[in-house]
Amino acid sequence: MPRASRLHVPRPPSRPGEAPDFGYVRLSPAGAISRPDVAAAASDIESLSVDLIRVLDDQHRAQGPWNPRLDVAELQVGLRHMLLTRLYDERMLKTQRQGKISFYMKSTGEEAVAVAGTMALRPTDMLFPSYRQQGAYLVRGSQLVDLMCQLLSNTRDMCKGRQLPVMYHSVPGRVFSISGNLATQFPQAVGWAMAAAIKGTDDLASSWIGEGSSAEADFHHALLFASVYRAPVILNVVNNQWAISTFQGYAGGEQRSFAARGPGYGVPGLRVDGNDFLAVYAATAWAAERARRGAGGTLVELVTYRAAAHSTSDDPSRYRPKDDAERWPLGDPIERLKGHLIALGEWSEERHAALTAELDALVVAAWKEAASYGTLTDGPRLNADLMFDDVFKELPEHLREQREEMRREQA
Amino acid sequence: MAQMNMIQALNAAMDITMTRDPSVVVLGEDVGYFGGVFRVTDGLQRKYGVHRVLDTPIAEGGIIAASIGMAVNGLRPIAEIQFADYIYPGYDQIVSELARLRYRSAGAFSAPVTIRTPCGGGIRGGQTHSQSPEALFAHVCGIKVVMPSNPYDAKGLLIAAIEDDDPVLFLEPKRLYNGPFDGDPNKPAVPWSTHAKGEVPDGHYTVPLGKAEIVRSGSAVTIIAYGTMVHVAEAAARGLGLDAEIIDVRSIVPLDVETLCNSVAKTGRCVIAHEATRFSGFGAELTATIQERCFWQLEAPIQRVCGYDTPYPHAFEWQYFPGPHRVQKALTTVMEAR
Repeated sequence: MPRASRLHVPRPPSRPGEAPDFGYVRLSPAGAISRPDVAAAASDIESLSVDLIRVLDDQHRAQGPWNPRLDVAELQVGLRHMLLTRLYDERMLKTQRQGKISFYMKSTGEEAVAVAGTMALRPTDMLFPSYRQQGAYLVRGSQLVDLMCQLLSNTRDMCKGRQLPVMYHSVPGRVFSISGNLATQFPQAVGWAMAAAIKGTDDLASSWIGEGSSAEADFHHALLFASVYRAPVILNVVNNQWAISTFQGYAGGEQRSFAARGPGYGVPGLRVDGNDFLAVYAATAWAAERARRGAGGTLVELVTYRAAAHSTSDDPSRYRPKDDAERWPLGDPIERLKGHLIALGEWSEERHAALTAELDALVVAAWKEAASYGTLTDGPRLNADLMFDDVFKELPEHLREQREEMRREQA
Repeated sequence: MAQMNMIQALNAAMDITMTRDPSVVVLGEDVGYFGGVFRVTDGLQRKYGVHRVLDTPIAEGGIIAASIGMAVNGLRPIAEIQFADYIYPGYDQIVSELARLRYRSAGAFSAPVTIRTPCGGGIRGGQTHSQSPEALFAHVCGIKVVMPSNPYDAKGLLIAAIEDDDPVLFLEPKRLYNGPFDGDPNKPAVPWSTHAKGEVPDGHYTVPLGKAEIVRSGSAVTIIAYGTMVHVAEAAARGLGLDAEIIDVRSIVPLDVETLCNSVAKTGRCVIAHEATRFSGFGAELTATIQERCFWQLEAPIQRVCGYDTPYPHAFEWQYFPGPHRVQKALTTVMEAR
């Protein structure tokens, strides 16, 4: 061993007890970035993978060519979905702390990513989310009570007790089954999009992974297949700065942006303010139009911050400053859209408080109903026979025998 | 001697080998500053620095491949895969590269890599945090496979694995990290301080790879188990008041065939228990080996107690887990034969 290692080891800007420092996050002024034609060649628009697409400025005004010019009603729907997502997360965390569910993962601070990224698509487009896009389910019409029953592994659980909490799916909402393994859905979304192109439909697929997961080989498979076949796909990297305790530098974020991996494959990369509802919406709409025009896929990096713990098994105070989230330079997505609506004269603190109360009551009522179908601690339980179904389409003989053994065991 | 849980014992094994051998390095997701999601590498980065305890990108294939490269260049890497359920992106690097490097280069190259990974269920982890994939690796030629069932063995086996010149997959039953577990989830958790094998020597020692341990001598029946199931088997035999000989396999590859077969030849009856699924599980290999060598001494067909052949179901963990009652049923079956 040499006396002095020359290996470069990334270090996050601050650890517990140190002052938060987000100087490494390269910002662009709202409205400053031009919006190219959706059919532009990746090599002609590489700067979009370095700059930051932002629409909302510090005075809550929408600026520049990326302004999607949504009508007020649509903005209010977006605010509602984001707020509902946050309240749902808060309540579900509490139920986990009470021992009613085994595990939970919040999306606090990242609500715009899933909500705007889904609202900008058509209902027929297929979604391949990771475990932190619960907002997509709400946009696609999943009922709170159905999501909660999955968390509870109860008698109305869509996964029949087989999955950890938050691993939802929705057939009518066109949202794929969430995997606990990381990044696997990214190249699968490309395959879905390739099939859409083969079948000659107008549909596209959109997928989300975290910046930490972009280290997996699946990320590269996705980019390569998207590039080779010009598949109608939107590949979103949610750069929330932290993969459990590991900061984004360990996924390669120190050298280049995550969006910049796209141009290397001939796929445009857009670096977007992920806490700006309008910017996320506009970038997604641009990528969707590009895909539907046959110009191929887009890699979208959504720059945001994981304000909550990774999961209920995690304690971020062990590895990052306690006040990190408050110092995040891109603010809070709900506060920013709320501020925009107020600036437009289309919202108020009073209406916001009333909406919060209304949505929280919905969550509470849904929980009451969901819990009536069983919780970890009481109420009806799923029949354990279900363990053996769906391993194969038809139950094979050896599983029939094991089911008999299990029944005798339980009797 | 010191009282240690399995986490502390594993940590001590790495600490000791890192002190003795500057070529030993640790790498994996969250293992450095944070000390690992199960705290097994806690304090190692503070003590040995960021150049010997490396946080890595979330890329299991990259972690294994980089470990191979480091080992070929003279280091002795201990790679942590955060959960055994996440090892599959590294499977090609393990099966096609790590396990075969010595063979394909006729000994010109080899890679003494130890891969540590938590396995097994009983923690409400669902299908992505509960698997026992030992058979998938036991079937591969060129990598040793180890699974301790207590802190004493965990430390001794891990030191032996790190010092071994062949690659070793070191499987850690996560339900045993903080205490022995007899398969009854309704009993209060028991710490390792209540168990004799929670007494761990402070310094360097090894438990040799390839040696099973007779945990309890007996004459009526042989129970062969490893990992969590060793404790379940003990509880099951105790519950029946049966004079069972209980063997902890410890080393799946290489396998201590002699200890297993001597016992079965003596008792004439055998139950094999593992958490992993039954079909093509490691129990099939054990059954075949014992049948080949002990056929004429067997008084009854060998019985296997295993996880059912389904993915690990979140809501049905305790119906799925091969608990003491299922082991007792198998014991009764082999005892009643003839």
